[in-house]
Amino acid sequence: MVGIVIVSHSAKIAEGIKDLAQQMAQDYTGLECAGGMEDGSIGTDPLRIVEAIKRADHGDGVVVFGDLGSGIMSAEMAIDMLEGEAINAKIVDAPIVEGTIVAAVEASIGSPMERVIEEAVKTREFHKV
Amino acid sequence: MSSRIYNCLSAIADVIEENKDFLTDLDREIGDADHGVNMARGFHAVKEKVPQDETDIGAVLKKTGMTLLSTVGGASGPLYGTAYMEAGKVLAGKTELTAEDFSAALQAAIAGIQKRGKAERGEKTMLDALIPACETFTAKTAEGASFTDALEAACAEANKGIEFTKTIRATKGRASYLGDRSIGHQDPGATSATLTLETILKFLKEN
Ligand SMILES: Nc1ncnc2c1ncn2[C@@H]1O[C@H](COP(=O)(O)OP(=O)(O)OP(=O)(O)O)[C@@H](O)[C@H]1O
Ligand SMILES: [Mg+2]
Repeated sequence: MVGIVIVSHSAKIAEGIKDLAQQMAQDYTGLECAGGMEDGSIGTDPLRIVEAIKRADHGDGVVVFGDLGSGIMSAEMAIDMLEGEAINAKIVDAPIVEGTIVAAVEASIGSPMERVIEEAVKTREFHKV
Repeated sequence: MSSRIYNCLSAIADVIEENKDFLTDLDREIGDADHGVNMARGFHAVKEKVPQDETDIGAVLKKTGMTLLSTVGGASGPLYGTAYMEAGKVLAGKTELTAEDFSAALQAAIAGIQKRGKAERGEKTMLDALIPACETFTAKTAEGASFTDALEAACAEANKGIEFTKTIRATKGRASYLGDRSIGHQDPGATSATLTLETILKFLKEN
């Protein structure tokens, strides 16, 4: 099972996206959040992202979605810090809400990591109106 | 008794705390109004977590970087965190600092920031203070200036760097969302970087 990590400055955003994605992939258990700081402040923390990636890893890779600014920078740092551990984690360049939902659906049907990323990246082209 | 390097970091923490509102106000103009809060939270944790009696400068700076990483919260967390950790690697095992050491550490810190943030000089970031300061420090010491004289000149360049950030638009970080509206405001990160260098200078002169 491919794991998914949602990185946001806000714990509420990360949890909310998780709830949305879980609705569409009810039996999927690979979603983990790294939202906000340990003390509840708004922000990002590479060490919390490292922990979330470890929790999301079930041996088939972990895809990471970030919100903006240091949401991505901290995720990159977290992945660098995991060097040497046998975890294949990648940041997906896609909108965090749509991307996470599509990835969760794809991962829940047992697709491999490359396929999960491929589908999630397509959400960049989704139009809303 | 607390080590010299601890005392220097503690002085930096105090200056950041004193300038918390100033740095946050600068970030309010072109960002999300948290740079001072972020940095103060980070350096408060540094004061708590770094062992006071550790004299290995490299070890202290590595611990400082690790602490900033997980307590600052904004982009300046991974950036300053990486900077201190990279400087720490260069200074591993050292209990005293020559001008050459300081120059090498500053260069490593800048390289770390650039690797993490993928920014160049001229993008309205902390690099616009740090890079000219480092170049000047290295050049002055090569000419035979004393550590503090070279650092004095470096701080002057860092301040010029702050002035320069007022004239350009941000292309990295939160401020880049503002486009041309970022022009006219000084960069918060360039300001905290300059305050850091100035505090090191003051510390060296007084201790
Ligand atoms: N890519 C970068 N490279 C170098 N410095 C950067 C970069 N991005 C931001 N900075 C510096 O960080 C400062 C802002 O730090 P701050 O702690 O306010 O983070 P932030 O921008 O609020 O982070 P976030 O991305 O989480 O919103 C800027 O003033 C700038 O000097
Ligand atoms: Mg900010």
